[in-house]
Amino acid sequence: MTSLTINGKEYQVDATADIPLLWVIREQCGLTGTKFGCGIAQCGACTVHLDGQPVRSCITPAISAEGKNITTIEGMAPDKNTLHIVQQAWIEEQTPQCGYCQSGQIMSAVALLNENPSPSDEEIDAAMSGNICRCGMYGRIKSAIKRASATLQSSTSL
Amino acid sequence: MKKWTRRAFIGAGVLAGGTLVIGIAIRPGNRSSKVAGLIASEGETVMNIWLKIAPDNTVTAIIPHAEMGQGVHTALAMMLADEMDADWSKVKFQEAPADKEYANYTLLKGFIAGNATFPKFIEETIDGVFLTAVKSLNFQITGGSASVRFTGQQAMRIAGAAAKSMLMQAAADTWKVPVEELTAQNSIISHPGSKLIATFAELAPAAAKVNIPTRPKLKSIEEFTLMGTSPPRFDIPAKVTGEAQFGLDVQVPGMKYATIKAAPVFGSKVKSVDTIVSSSQQGVKKIVNLGDAVAVIADGYWQAKITLDALPIEFETTENSGLNQEKIMDRYSKAMDTDLAEGNLDIHFKDGDAATALEQAAILVEAEYQLPFLAHATMEPMNCTAWVRDGKCEVWCGSQNPLGVKAAAAELLEIDIDQVTVHNQLLGGGFGRRGETDVIKQAILIAKEVDYPVKLIWSREEDTQHDVYREATISRMKAGLDQSGIPIAYAHQFIFKHHPPEAADIPYSIPNQLIQYSSPAFHVPWGNWRSVDHSTHGFLTESFIDEMAHAAKQDPLTYRKNLTKDNSRFQRVLDMVYEKSNWGAPLPANWGRGIAIAQSFGSIVAEVAEVEVGIDGKVKVHRVVCAVDPGFAIHPNGFIAQMESGIIYGLAAAMTGEITIENGAVVQSNFHNYPVTRMDEAPKIETHIINSGNPPGGAGEPSTPVIAPAVTNAIFDATGIRIRQLPISKNDLRASIRPTT
Ligand code: FES
Ligand code: FES
Repeated sequence: MTSLTINGKEYQVDATADIPLLWVIREQCGLTGTKFGCGIAQCGACTVHLDGQPVRSCITPAISAEGKNITTIEGMAPDKNTLHIVQQAWIEEQTPQCGYCQSGQIMSAVALLNENPSPSDEEIDAAMSGNICRCGMYGRIKSAIKRASATLQSSTSL
Repeated sequence: MKKWTRRAFIGAGVLAGGTLVIGIAIRPGNRSSKVAGLIASEGETVMNIWLKIAPDNTVTAIIPHAEMGQGVHTALAMMLADEMDADWSKVKFQEAPADKEYANYTLLKGFIAGNATFPKFIEETIDGVFLTAVKSLNFQITGGSASVRFTGQQAMRIAGAAAKSMLMQAAADTWKVPVEELTAQNSIISHPGSKLIATFAELAPAAAKVNIPTRPKLKSIEEFTLMGTSPPRFDIPAKVTGEAQFGLDVQVPGMKYATIKAAPVFGSKVKSVDTIVSSSQQGVKKIVNLGDAVAVIADGYWQAKITLDALPIEFETTENSGLNQEKIMDRYSKAMDTDLAEGNLDIHFKDGDAATALEQAAILVEAEYQLPFLAHATMEPMNCTAWVRDGKCEVWCGSQNPLGVKAAAAELLEIDIDQVTVHNQLLGGGFGRRGETDVIKQAILIAKEVDYPVKLIWSREEDTQHDVYREATISRMKAGLDQSGIPIAYAHQFIFKHHPPEAADIPYSIPNQLIQYSSPAFHVPWGNWRSVDHSTHGFLTESFIDEMAHAAKQDPLTYRKNLTKDNSRFQRVLDMVYEKSNWGAPLPANWGRGIAIAQSFGSIVAEVAEVEVGIDGKVKVHRVVCAVDPGFAIHPNGFIAQMESGIIYGLAAAMTGEITIENGAVVQSNFHNYPVTRMDEAPKIETHIINSGNPPGGAGEPSTPVIAPAVTNAIFDATGIRIRQLPISKNDLRASIRPTT
């Protein structure tokens, strides 16, 4: 048994040597917000944070996450009634289409804004081009990131 | 249950009396106990199968379509609520259960009732795929960009209006006042004279007893209060929190996981496999040989996958095992030659005498185009959860055709259709792929081998290599122009005709046309790919008309305008895209602009692409201006999202999309070798809607067919190189090889 900390909660999981974190999160911990898209670090659908850093959970061995803080989309909202600024921006821009890629998109966007609260278009492209959206909502994802960035600026300047 | 026949459809359609197919959604028997049991909980009154009113005055629209992010649940509920004058904040939706009562009979009857405003292709369709569907009645599909056009117009609006009229009648009867003196607003009916008011819910029981009106009056566009606005979509909040449940996310107690490997060569079979589970295969429950595929069931997907990857499987060699892409294209080409020589071509359209006119032409334009196979690559890989037990079957999946899933399950297991339950989930992309039942059948066959539920998950590799593909094609086109560049003849020989049947038509007024096709044999499974035949013909027609314009030494946009003079909708769309794209304004060196326009699924879309081709040949699409006449956009923001989506989807295919066959099997396997458009490659898209007041057109598909030609026409403008073979990445566009002008 391996112990993982996901969204601040302890989980006892069976992590055989090579099982990627993605499948443990989804199947053993029942957190299905993190998606499977490609399995080879090509699409970003499986993005989670390890100690705040975005990683592709489909190629991250579960055992390597032991002792780290794992955050998934389910852990983004600060509490039950409040969404994360980025999630809120996503709703305001009516960003998701099918929605399947959006957990990964939001995880990448949050990581970007944590590093760089006011990214330029090019910086957004660079940070987000690892996340595929087959519904092609790139324009809206970008607008939502900018909206979230603006909200961050105004809340920190208060 | 009463069986609908074509006669019954027409019979029911006649009450429309030639007007907008009224009565289609409102059929006797709507309030059958069966339907009531399916959708109404206690205390609710079923008005008809498209809506229900709860005691708390909420109105629930029952939507017979799957949500793929096209916002169909919101748009259709809006159509119903608007006609009903319901309080939008109290409107909910529910996806209809997979049941015969919800087969697309609305849509089908819409076709058959012969509304004069329906385009010709729909009439033809009656005897095609849709009639077949009527007969089997196992058709509840979300596709063909049809949800708003048919279900919305002919079920939701009429149901809403009928409900309102029944509520009004109930109020008039109760209060003993003339119905004309009543008003309805925000789910309340009032009689201003006597200040009597009642909520919909209060009136619902009485209303359910009044006669269902056969011709409820629909609102005119000026009377719309919801349609044409963009309230937040119902499906979005759950999609930012991770709560949205897709097929892949289903959890059933006791469930195990499976993954599968099908014979790489389509049509081949498993020759040998060892299905005995060894103790070293940790967590593995069972290895199942399905004959044409092998599946592993395990405690988790990962255990199943690594076991399957390591499993030696031998597949049979077939006549197709030696086929490669070149041979396939060669076969197509030879079949075209032979069919032409032997007079075996089927005629798609003929007018005048194209052969003679071509001989007399002052300028002859000729081109051959080639298009590749394309996979769908939905973001969510194929999957399905099934549980087969006690003569029953339960299925969890995200399907564009849940009723088809139900029928397929019943047929496969030889059980009554009522023994099958389908729990439809959100779809992580459909694009036509999720109208198929291949994966569902596999999941059922696997689950049949065990007594617990099994979730079958395809790897991305399986998804790419066992799709149903947009076909690869060759097209030969000829046009004859007179001295002044005006076309006097048009001939097109293509291969494969699926649907919609009008896809190869051209919108341009050209006399002497001959459009013909043949259907060579091929072993790669075909499937509906976003916009279907329009995805090929959009590129062919709009590339070739561009070639014609250049041969005529005329501006390509003006050329199109001159040839569509009698089509006012085309004229407006072209004017709009001209203005919004700054057509004709100077561009930097190595930049170009391209235009393309097409009508599909009832919407007319023109796109202008602005493209830069670097001296190294690298193509960057900077901007796409899209002008569209969808008749009327019910939810403009959602409609614009669909245009954006269709453009990016078509762009990915145009730029790099290519499935090739080697040794009878698909070469590509994942996003590294079947690349799709990413954010840094995505153009800025500007969409401009023209609400012309025509019947609503589709949203999900019509922006896809024109993006490839808009881009390749722009590349021609930038480089002088005409791209006749997709994807664009196959073409050498380096500055050193460009023609000098
Ligand atoms: S599933 Fe991990 S990057 Fe695609
Ligand atoms: S919203 Fe469908 S893949 Fe991004």
